[in-house]
Amino acid sequence: MKRPVAVGMILLGVSIVVLFFLNLLLGSVSVPASQVLKILFGGESNDIWQNIILKSRFPQALTALVAGAGLSVAGLQMQTVFRNPLAGPSVLGVSSGASLGVAFVVLLSGRIGGIALSRLGYMGEFAMTIAAIVGSLAIMALIVYVAQKVRGNVTLLIIGVMIGYVATAIIGVLKFFSAEEDVRAYVVWGLGSFARVSGGQVMTFVAIMAVLLPLSFLLVKTLNLLLLGDGYARNLGLNVSRARLWVIICAGVLVAVVTAYCGPISFLGLAVPHLCRGIFRTSDHRVLMPSSLLAGAALALLCNLIARLPGFEGALPVNSVTALIGAPVVAVVLFRRRKEDTAE
Amino acid sequence: MTHGNTIELHSLAIGYSNRHSVKTVAEGISDTIRSGELTCLLGENGAGKSTLLRTLSGFLPHLGGEITILGKPLSDYREKELATVIGVVLTEKTNLQNMTVTELVGMGRSPYTGFWGRLTDEDRRMVDEAMALVGIEALASRMVQTLSDGERQKVMIAKALAQKTPIIFLDEPTAFLDYPSKVEILHLLHRLSREMGKTIFLSTHDLELALQIADRLWLMARGSGVITGTPEDLALNGTLDRFFRRKGVAFEKQTGLYRIEPEYHSAVRLTGDEIACQMVRKALRRCGIDASAENDAPISIHAEPGRFVLREARGGEKVATSIAQLLEWL
Repeated sequence: MKRPVAVGMILLGVSIVVLFFLNLLLGSVSVPASQVLKILFGGESNDIWQNIILKSRFPQALTALVAGAGLSVAGLQMQTVFRNPLAGPSVLGVSSGASLGVAFVVLLSGRIGGIALSRLGYMGEFAMTIAAIVGSLAIMALIVYVAQKVRGNVTLLIIGVMIGYVATAIIGVLKFFSAEEDVRAYVVWGLGSFARVSGGQVMTFVAIMAVLLPLSFLLVKTLNLLLLGDGYARNLGLNVSRARLWVIICAGVLVAVVTAYCGPISFLGLAVPHLCRGIFRTSDHRVLMPSSLLAGAALALLCNLIARLPGFEGALPVNSVTALIGAPVVAVVLFRRRKEDTAE
Repeated sequence: MTHGNTIELHSLAIGYSNRHSVKTVAEGISDTIRSGELTCLLGENGAGKSTLLRTLSGFLPHLGGEITILGKPLSDYREKELATVIGVVLTEKTNLQNMTVTELVGMGRSPYTGFWGRLTDEDRRMVDEAMALVGIEALASRMVQTLSDGERQKVMIAKALAQKTPIIFLDEPTAFLDYPSKVEILHLLHRLSREMGKTIFLSTHDLELALQIADRLWLMARGSGVITGTPEDLALNGTLDRFFRRKGVAFEKQTGLYRIEPEYHSAVRLTGDEIACQMVRKALRRCGIDASAENDAPISIHAEPGRFVLREARGGEKVATSIAQLLEWL
């Protein structure tokens, strides 16, 4: 039975609003809800509270929302193009590329220049973002090049995973030769965080994603055709290799940007598409794309909230929370689907 | 019904090529495939049946010669245009989840739908029509992953019909199906070719069925090109007999069908009721015993329904009530 799509979308939308507000409300410093609303709508309030809400919690929630949406859409695209339920946004090594870029900046610059870029404050942050984007786009360019040479999806998938391993290995070597504080800075980056993006950078991030996410919706019909397999898709008039290239580029850029601003965030992009297929019982990307976007945003907000719950002072690493929430979600959805299928 | 030549091949060479080498699978194929007919492509594994189908579908470039489809060279078709001319049913198993039969058949409308792939009322009507033609209306809201192989095959045929193409290629549509489903699918395709004037070209390993149902046969053998004709012509001129000659298989010209031919190690004389005799002969042939009224053998059997009299050389006589009992004594 198909559940009404509109109802599901509205529920997801409402949950985003609620979770967003909870993200502003909850934290180590308690701010009354009325004051949160007042600050949000431009009213005057306690300076400290105003600072906490506008300079810390609001940008963080916004980052989580946008990053979750981007990773989930990218994950959905990767799962469809590779027809593999275990594919995720990071499967082609794009996020490893980002890590490699950051590793070069954080670890190598410290080794060679005597002072690590990461210790340069705001400039260091900026350098890390740029390095992550350069690293991931470089890996993506490599994948796109390979994709044109290789016909089989599985081959491409394996090559992507191998490139990821090589990147990780290089990072390992860099770590081995680096100063302890630099390694620590790198490890902290690797834990992923929605809190790292500050001030004006948030708006840049949101603006980039506001352009990229609608662009990815242009691939809806292509993705639906790709579901049928290469032969059928081609027979229905789709240029399969070009379509595959566009999907990989689209998902790759989304992952590159999110990883550059938030560090590697695992599991969201893998779990959310499964969650949406489970909720809406469809493979139609006209439903899955918007619902993955919304559910991704909601789940990222939820994870951010849990990571920052009062009691976990100083915030848990987001990556651990996404995995702790994401893994059971995938398992439950798949388990339930199996039961329903056999019951039919 | 007009039988137009929808597909014309002129000294076509098919195979695979890459930068380093060219592997020709078959060459010198010159023939036509006509509308309103069911054409079956037969040949052993590795003869190049799939390669030919893939080439004609535009999935593989051809190595030489010409392919003309509806009066225009295949290579001149754009992808979108070809999607409205040729529909395919492939062997590749789709691993679709959470998609209803109606949605899947609706994908056949993709070449005609707009940017988002939304179906119009007209599209939906065509989808219903395609499902009705194949007789799968009852499956309409089932999820694709819950279908049996035969049902799934019918859904893919409905998809090809919804695509509204004058030509449909099917790669082994009867593989993995039980016998009644094979017959059903081939009947369905034959009916579609007649009623809708479609050009239907399929590969199959079901020799017996193809001989009975195909309007034309294409016989493909490794290295010897393609021989075509009606099943009956190919039977009369001995092509079928030559083509599938194997130890233990014989082509019966009387019926135009193949039968298993064992090596006989003994013979009996068989007389009696005609139908009972046929059954006894069939059972004995399986056991390697040649049974015939003309045989001058020491053992003889007189068969009547429910009564089988076995006379042995030394004059003994036994009466069996079933063929099973008779077989035990022999």
